[in-house]
Amino acid sequence: MTELNVNADTLIETMCEQLQQTSLIQHAPKMIGIRTGGEWVAHKLHQKLGLSDPLGVIDISFYRDDFSKIGLNPTIKPSDIPWDVDDQHIILVDDVLFTGRTIRAALNEIFDYGRPASVTLVTLLDRKGCRELPFQADIVGMTIECHKTIKVTGPDPLKVTLLEKQEETA
Amino acid sequence: MSSRLSSPNIQLNELGKLHHFLTLEGLKAHHLTEILDTTESFINPNTNEIKKVPLLRGKSIMNLFFEPSTRTRTTFEIAEKRLSADVSSLDIQTSATKKGESLLDTLWNLQAMQADMFVIRHAQSGAAQFFAQHVAPHVHVLNAGDGQHAHPSQAMLDMFTIRKHKGDIFDLKVAIVGDVLHSRVVRSQIQALSILEAREIRVVGPKTLMPDHPEALGVHVYHDMDEGIQDVDVIIMVRLQNERMTSALIPSEKEFFKLYGLTEARLALAKPDAIVMHPGPINRGVEIESAVADGPQSVILEQVTYGIAVRMAIMSIIMSNAAQLSQHHTEQASQQDVEETP
Repeated sequence: MTELNVNADTLIETMCEQLQQTSLIQHAPKMIGIRTGGEWVAHKLHQKLGLSDPLGVIDISFYRDDFSKIGLNPTIKPSDIPWDVDDQHIILVDDVLFTGRTIRAALNEIFDYGRPASVTLVTLLDRKGCRELPFQADIVGMTIECHKTIKVTGPDPLKVTLLEKQEETA
Repeated sequence: MSSRLSSPNIQLNELGKLHHFLTLEGLKAHHLTEILDTTESFINPNTNEIKKVPLLRGKSIMNLFFEPSTRTRTTFEIAEKRLSADVSSLDIQTSATKKGESLLDTLWNLQAMQADMFVIRHAQSGAAQFFAQHVAPHVHVLNAGDGQHAHPSQAMLDMFTIRKHKGDIFDLKVAIVGDVLHSRVVRSQIQALSILEAREIRVVGPKTLMPDHPEALGVHVYHDMDEGIQDVDVIIMVRLQNERMTSALIPSEKEFFKLYGLTEARLALAKPDAIVMHPGPINRGVEIESAVADGPQSVILEQVTYGIAVRMAIMSIIMSNAAQLSQHHTEQASQQDVEETP
């Protein structure tokens, strides 16, 4: 197993620049991070973009589609979106986009709060090739192949580690 | 039925997790803490709002209230709906039991209607346990109050309210005042406070409204109200249960208020930041003065709101445990397959 460390701050810096180039930024967007990793990334992006409204955080545990299989996440915490979702342009932030199921759950939860004008999906890492639902991110920090294992740790320092399996020599 | 009450562990599954919720007796601190922590996650920290979540979608919950109830029944119904379950509430007063159907026949018929969970309130102690012993293995039973035995979800919402206001229950002195003898709520509260190792649990009331050996419950007994609430952090007032009294145990309600009613003057004997609780329904002028019930130290209506979230937590934990148990069985089965494959 080899470990490769990726500088998360550089990725976030680039994502921030890309966001600033979109027309979205003129519409006073509001940001929601998905607990836990997405919240860490969102916190940094929110700060760098200087958004005036506070950061919303959602815990999608109550919205997962595998509750009847694996039960409840024991570390679940309350979601908090401290502003009205209706008619807002929302930047939804997660750390890793993989099967797309987390994003499905997050969108369902957001729509339980109201009807946003738009949702833009931002993710630090995109594990391409293993999507189970039709979701694509609008802004991606880094794309990796889905068979690679990654670990995101945080919040400070926010670190991304790529774990690569060695060729098996059996 | 009473002999069955001594084996409360029917409510735990083979992994030691809650399968039914019948009584707090026999539960460990981690069971209670899990309920309190999960409750927290249903409540918005800033607005105290409890949002609807899709957790129990497709699950069918039946509320069987053989005894009248307003708060408990309504908060259970709201909790079930906020978990997106399919809810049926049966008015047993007008149902088949009146036509002579036995309790078990009623139960099996409701089970055949594909119930996943029963919430039961019954005047007979041990009724919920009796149901739990006869339901199918995938069906769960929650006790919403049985006779004078237990009312565990009420005790948990009380613990949650205390923890919200006072922090760790470990440090607190709590006085429970009133009709200790007839109250299933008090029995469950004492169990909860003992499991969470409250610093001191006091019961206050006349000898006629105390069980025979209250000390055996691990509580300090006071017959003088002023002494009993001296320096406590929490005062829990309990209603006089006239409907369960078979003889004259108190001279009059007026006399009772004089001796054990919570007035502003008495409240001043407790710690200055003490909270006043009451499981409801309150009898103004009998056990509590209006000025106290509506006063700044009263958290009586908060208890009602938290009752929704606590019941959501209990129901979702039970369904979650069922999911984890079946996952556990699947893993065991596949492990066995692997072992059997040469």
